[in-house]
Amino acid sequence: MSVIKELWRSLIDSLIGLGAVVRFLLRMIVVTPSALLRFDLIVAQIFNSGALSLVIIMLSGLFVGMVLGLQGFQLLQRFGSEDSLGIAAAIGLVKELGPVVTALLFAGRAGTALASELGLMRATDQLSAMEMMAVDPITRVVVPRFLGGVIAMPLLAAIFSLIGIYGAQLIGVQIMGVDSGSFWSQMRGGVGLADINEGIVKSLIFGVACSLIAVYEGYYATPTAAGVGTATTRTVVTSAVVVLFLDYLLTAAFL
Amino acid sequence: MPLDWCGVPPAQLNQDSPIVEIRNLGYAVGGRPIFDGLDMDIPRGKVTAVMGPSGTGKTTLLRLVTGQVRADTGSIHVAGEDLRNLKRADLYALRRRMGMLFQNGALLTDLSVFENVAFPIREHTDLPERLIRQLVLIKLEAVGLRGAADLMPSELSGGMGRRVALARAIVMDPEILIYDEPFVGLDPISMGVILRLIRRLNDTLGLTSIVVSHDVQEISAVSDNVFLLSAGKVVAHGSPQELRANPSEVVRQFVGGLPDGPVAFHYPAPDYYGQLLARGEDH
Repeated sequence: MSVIKELWRSLIDSLIGLGAVVRFLLRMIVVTPSALLRFDLIVAQIFNSGALSLVIIMLSGLFVGMVLGLQGFQLLQRFGSEDSLGIAAAIGLVKELGPVVTALLFAGRAGTALASELGLMRATDQLSAMEMMAVDPITRVVVPRFLGGVIAMPLLAAIFSLIGIYGAQLIGVQIMGVDSGSFWSQMRGGVGLADINEGIVKSLIFGVACSLIAVYEGYYATPTAAGVGTATTRTVVTSAVVVLFLDYLLTAAFL
Repeated sequence: MPLDWCGVPPAQLNQDSPIVEIRNLGYAVGGRPIFDGLDMDIPRGKVTAVMGPSGTGKTTLLRLVTGQVRADTGSIHVAGEDLRNLKRADLYALRRRMGMLFQNGALLTDLSVFENVAFPIREHTDLPERLIRQLVLIKLEAVGLRGAADLMPSELSGGMGRRVALARAIVMDPEILIYDEPFVGLDPISMGVILRLIRRLNDTLGLTSIVVSHDVQEISAVSDNVFLLSAGKVVAHGSPQELRANPSEVVRQFVGGLPDGPVAFHYPAPDYYGQLLARGEDH
């Protein structure tokens, strides 16, 4: 009986939490027009979330692509269809691995940075100081960071997929000896606009989710050292679970 | 003299009425009352100190006066505005007429000293860069840190950081300047500097200063009048001299720095011997 009670409680708690996040999102949307007037702030955040994550995204993309080339080759060889490696790798990267792995890396690299930055600003009264200077911290600090993340995420996912395809080609064509012509031509023939759209929509939605979780956790962090640490951890854990869950929903929706 | 937004020197509008009027204020956190029937009038153009033992809600009082939190009961009027029915935009308009120095300075850590002081100007006006530069340098000169304009907040000592924050607080020429524990963690020299600044800024800029502090001797030296808070109420108020002559036990304990008195040394606890001799696991 008490187990059911516990479950019920935690279900209610998570619904309350979800409601708070949605309210926060609505509050951000209301002030977004005035935040857009300060586009320089958004550009700075695209740099912070996007450009500074480039190295880790590109390296991971390369390795994921190389693994894909190796595994894909092994698998396809069993059916004698290793010529299809190109399309297999491209579809896998553009629709699935690109958005998902990028989102997970994004949460780890940019999400934690956002959450700890906002949490520390809260802990050192910087957000209250802004409010006292009649500057709304949501408009000035939170929304530019959120939008920066949302814009950076699809770009990062695209770069991840691009480098991943190069990695798959490196292993499949250069080392395993798949025919270069059929690798590229099958990819060109098989990957449609719908596949690319799926990838873009997914990475946009993941970008919204990861950025929202990061700024929410940071903005409402308990203003202590331990509180900022907790906020950072929660950002990564929640983002990972939410991204994988949304990925399933979106994949099902696109079928 | 600071001008308000219509260009009228505010002191001429209502010379005698108090700039902050608190009536029958009640405020509770998590069911624990912080204030219960607090009344306070803060006069215009003076340095007013709000003192009291830790935990009497001095900082909470500042948050109430600045509209960061709302009172449960009672009313607060600041510069003629009733905080109870102020919309967000009006509250922000009111806050432009206030400056606040936070306990730790609260400088924006990703901006230089210059940009920190320029921040309110850049956010609220479209002044040309040359004018912003002059305004910022004037304010930095007033706190003696014009030479530190290019430093980052992490390169400043505690006292310097607070002076930069002070320059930022006065850059929009506020009518009310609020200090939250401005002396905490400062060495005697920095403390002396801040004390002198509080008095000098108040008199030269013609503003109203509210200083929350528990450094009795220091703040008595510069303030015109003092409110002593204890257990959510004003237990004494008057000039620093009047306070020193006050016979009440609470006032004497606080002003004299006595460890035990109406404010007990011991946190409420069960019987000492009984607890020491008790067997069992609850401590």
